[in-house]
Amino acid sequence: MTQIQEVFDLYDSMERKNIMLSFKGDMSTDLLTSILQLIENKLDRFGESPKIKRRMFNILVECLQNLYHHIDQPPLAADGKPRPSVIVMIAKNITGYSIITGNYVLNDNAEALKNRLEEINGMTADEVKKLYKSVLADGKMSDKGGGGLGMIDIARKSGEKLDFGFIPFEDGSTFFSLNVKVKQD
Amino acid sequence: MENIKIEGTTKTPNVEFNKETGELIIQGRSIPENSIDFYKPLIDWIDAYALQPAGATTVHMRLEYFNTSSSKCIFDVFKKLESIKKSGKDIAVNWHYEEDDEDMLEAGEDYDAIIDLEFKMVMVPER
Repeated sequence: MTQIQEVFDLYDSMERKNIMLSFKGDMSTDLLTSILQLIENKLDRFGESPKIKRRMFNILVECLQNLYHHIDQPPLAADGKPRPSVIVMIAKNITGYSIITGNYVLNDNAEALKNRLEEINGMTADEVKKLYKSVLADGKMSDKGGGGLGMIDIARKSGEKLDFGFIPFEDGSTFFSLNVKVKQD
Repeated sequence: MENIKIEGTTKTPNVEFNKETGELIIQGRSIPENSIDFYKPLIDWIDAYALQPAGATTVHMRLEYFNTSSSKCIFDVFKKLESIKKSGKDIAVNWHYEEDDEDMLEAGEDYDAIIDLEFKMVMVPER
């Protein structure tokens, strides 16, 4: 297959999935700011309601900051290999938007993350709200200042079940993907 | 101890803390990657203020967005103020939210439920 064909296939696949923005690479604070600005402008142009704009913005901040803070270095990448990159895609569909992220985590951390996400998905909206308040009030804080509220907040603001998956690799790393849906009213 | 006046940025809020008037204002977006860096000086200021607080303190929270990393720090700010209240001072919190911003109203109600301070929910027109 020619390179041109590969590029076109990638483009065509994204076009058909209505991808508004796609990025693969390293997440930095500057990039984070740029993506937020870009999406904010696009939502304005689409004439979205303030409610959708706020929800998208809030969820996007948490998703991007998760990528910024929580990407793990697989053991193999320690021998001079570059830090694994992340992927972010934002798609528009008939019911609203999807914020899709992918990043590597260590196998050991993947299990805890999976349990956490399954626990949140098993909860009613009221239970998620209660969990948020109890984690907020417990006073504990991670060194990154998050304190484990990110995923709870994403689930709460989305109002939909979190769609996620894990692909484990033998080098001790696991590819984690999350798809957060933001529905229009 | 100096009053605090910090200009807002795209990721951090405007802050004005005045020890003479007892007016504490946090306004705008609070979405820094590392919110501890931003809030630590504010929390230290409240610690110093607690030694000689104004007769009445009014906190004005006018947030447009805040991330979960900030929400823990804001919790810490309220906790510090809670201890000033326990020493017998008046502390009121005006939590502003835009008309239609149910999430921001709920966020205020969350704090009201877990913090022992007088919260007033203040609706403001949409920008």
